[in-house]
Amino acid sequence: MTKTEIENTDLKLKLVSDFQKFEKSLNGKANSILNKIKIDAFDCFNRLGFPVKKLEEWKYTNINPVLKHDFKQSTQLAKHTLTKDFVGKYFLKDAVNLVFINGFFDESLSDKITDNDSCYSGSLAEATTKFGDFVEQHFSKYADFKSNSMTALNTAFSKDGAFIYLKKNSVNNIPVHILYISDAVNNVMLSQPRNLIVLEEGSSIKISEDYFTVGSNYNFTNAVTEIYCAQNSNLEHYKIQNDGDNSFHIGTTQVHQERDSKFSDTTVSWGGSIIRNNLNSVFNGTNTECHFYGLYLLDGKQHVDNHTLADHKMPNCFSNELYKGIIDGSATGVFNGKIMVHPDAQKTNAYQSNNNILLSDDATIYSKPQLEIFADDVKCSHGATSGQLSKEEMFYLRSRGISENDARILLLNAFASDVIDSVKIDALRIKLYHTLQLKLKS
Amino acid sequence: MVKEDDILEKVTSSDYKYGFYTDLEMDKAPKGLNKEIIELISSKKNEPEFLLEWRLKAYNIWLKMTEPNWPNVKYPPIDYNDIIYYAAPKTKKKLGSLDELDPAIKNTYDKLGIPLEEQLILAGVAVDAVLDSVSVATTYKEKLAELGIIFCSMSEAIVNHPQLIKKYLGAVVPQSDNYFAALNSAVFTDGSFVYIPKNVRCPMELSTYFRINAENTGQFERTLIIADEGSYVSYLEGCTAPMRDENQLHAAVVELIALKNAEIKYSTVQNWYPGDAEGKGGIYNFVTKRGICSGDNSKISWTQVETGSSITWKYPSVILKGDNSIGEFYSVALTNNFQQADTGTKMMHLGKNTKSRIVSKGISAGKSNNSYRGLVQVSKRADNARNFSQCDSLLMGDKCGAHTFPYFEIKNKSAIVEHEATTSKIGEDIMFYCNQRGISEEDAVALIVNGYAKEVLNQLPMEFAVEAQKLLAISLEGSVG
Repeated sequence: MTKTEIENTDLKLKLVSDFQKFEKSLNGKANSILNKIKIDAFDCFNRLGFPVKKLEEWKYTNINPVLKHDFKQSTQLAKHTLTKDFVGKYFLKDAVNLVFINGFFDESLSDKITDNDSCYSGSLAEATTKFGDFVEQHFSKYADFKSNSMTALNTAFSKDGAFIYLKKNSVNNIPVHILYISDAVNNVMLSQPRNLIVLEEGSSIKISEDYFTVGSNYNFTNAVTEIYCAQNSNLEHYKIQNDGDNSFHIGTTQVHQERDSKFSDTTVSWGGSIIRNNLNSVFNGTNTECHFYGLYLLDGKQHVDNHTLADHKMPNCFSNELYKGIIDGSATGVFNGKIMVHPDAQKTNAYQSNNNILLSDDATIYSKPQLEIFADDVKCSHGATSGQLSKEEMFYLRSRGISENDARILLLNAFASDVIDSVKIDALRIKLYHTLQLKLKS
Repeated sequence: MVKEDDILEKVTSSDYKYGFYTDLEMDKAPKGLNKEIIELISSKKNEPEFLLEWRLKAYNIWLKMTEPNWPNVKYPPIDYNDIIYYAAPKTKKKLGSLDELDPAIKNTYDKLGIPLEEQLILAGVAVDAVLDSVSVATTYKEKLAELGIIFCSMSEAIVNHPQLIKKYLGAVVPQSDNYFAALNSAVFTDGSFVYIPKNVRCPMELSTYFRINAENTGQFERTLIIADEGSYVSYLEGCTAPMRDENQLHAAVVELIALKNAEIKYSTVQNWYPGDAEGKGGIYNFVTKRGICSGDNSKISWTQVETGSSITWKYPSVILKGDNSIGEFYSVALTNNFQQADTGTKMMHLGKNTKSRIVSKGISAGKSNNSYRGLVQVSKRADNARNFSQCDSLLMGDKCGAHTFPYFEIKNKSAIVEHEATTSKIGEDIMFYCNQRGISEEDAVALIVNGYAKEVLNQLPMEFAVEAQKLLAISLEGSVG
């Protein structure tokens, strides 16, 4: 047995004992629907173990460096030193800001939760006690843990996270901004937020998930977001990752779309050490539409892996995907986009594009745009490119008296804007452009 | 040019055209694979000691390996001990002229349409015809010999040019490369060997036909082409096999070596028995093809038209080691009925200013599955590497599948890599246009497919291009409507 395998087993053993403690604390409630799911999920995790590079899905991402740290699992809202003033700086104006510290809802730091006739946005823990039947209907129904060990792990230990629910035909113009703060000041923490977003018929909302780290200890976030879009609903979902240099993030966003629904996601990753994002959308009805946008801006030794799946199960659906990467230092970008068209999904239109710019000699990109098509009346295409800044464009700008650095920033800004412009929350978009400028300047 | 009547006639008699069986007295080894069989093959072919050792080393490596399961193909497990690894026609005597050829073999080639007789040979084609495992006749040899070109069977090369074999055999595809390459290295019986000396431009297309003739004999060809500095060669490989119900395994290895300023062009038309309409029978074609541009400014170009075999599993690759070297891959893969194809290429950019181009056209019909799997790798030192890949898939019918698995591993910032892929069916407007002008549905499909594949077919030498066009039309028969 190699050294890493032993270490790998160590964290796993710790999680096994954590789970045994949890099972004991159930006090006869082990038969409830949610707890049964959790026990099943842990069995799955126990069987599958942490993902290894041998698996095709993890070919380019090695998570062994993550597993060698002695993570302590966050099991409740722990004491912290964050003040409302400090957190307020990260708030979005004209939005409902919800704050989660290491995966647990902090009411004192958040805006007032919304709980009215048309919409509920608050914490999953509270929602489970308030209307457990509803949560049971949706919890773990979309994110499959049988084949994904990290989702299984999250499901087994899931306690809290964001819960957003829109009732039939409610149109919510106030976005929800969820802040996930990893408190790495004193502890080496593993947080596992579990989010559930349910949009009933004809409803619409914009939601942004914002991940960042306070403190410089190692921290590991294993997040799962389940999204259910009923017919005619419209969800704009954003995920911003701006964690610290010692942060690891594995996140799965699993979307289930009914007919005529529209889903759009923008994932921006520019902070964190090892990041893995899974974004899967399953089309369960005809005429659904989905857009995936992604931007990764990497430097140093960062490693960002984006896996997406547009699962066309029904005819007449549309999916479009654009992922862009700027890679500097000795960073590594991984893109794996999959379009799956099932035998009945005729008249499918699916497009996918992945563009990369490498800025340094040590930067690496692994790109795998993948099409699996079992229906004939489809239009599918994908493209992937890798290159550097165009010499002609640089010359054009330089000849007009723009310094090399400014020209570079201008061009990269334009390159990234295709993705950032897909963000429809104005305050968030401005914030992203601002961060982009700062990142490019450094 | 293909006459329309010609196509029509072939389309209407769509059964596998080349399905006949030559009754030759065979010299067979017993079934099974073990050390003794390998020793038997080696001694039958009067091989030098080093080669036997090389084979046994491969066999030992093979024993430790497991069959790969990552290709997107499904087939029942192969019993490697149920295969005859050596079969040769008993006419072992070397032939002086074509008249001495066994009339039965000659007749076989005539049926296949191979122009073996010198006077009938299409201008400039030398045929090294391989029937099962032993090369039986070689033409144009003298003319090539004048230029110092060695074009012979692998067995002859082993006996006559051991120093070249020792130096280059396994240089591109080592015994341990993969499961089927290891198997091939252990039991290969024959194949072609080409050596083009320095600064010689081979004056004609070199060509060889493989046939799997005897029942239950897997064919394990080994082809080695070496183009020395400044030379050029164009090599053609065409395959037909008679109709057999039992699945037959074909695990060949092709190695190309292009030294400084050399160029190799390798074209294949593969039309082995694809199995019947129910997916019964057919050839398993598990081939390892790889070339190395080892010197500066060298070039290797693969062109393939894949219409046969029940399962195709091959990735002609190029290692671009020399600076300014060029790799090209042009492919048309057509699958019908229950055929499965998992094919593509690997372009490994190691040298500076290396270029590669991939054009892959997949056509799936019936209940077949067609996958493109390609890797473009740019290493850290490959400054200014350039790659362009295009892989299109055409779907006919709602039971077939088309899949694309492109991999890119880019480690150099100055590399420019572009990939694009599309999947669609034949547009109704295009079909309407053809129908309106009195072109039947079937002919229209043949026409459109030929147009779609033209970019690749244009890369083929003339006589192959004609054959390939016919093949596409025949293979698609029955897939429309």
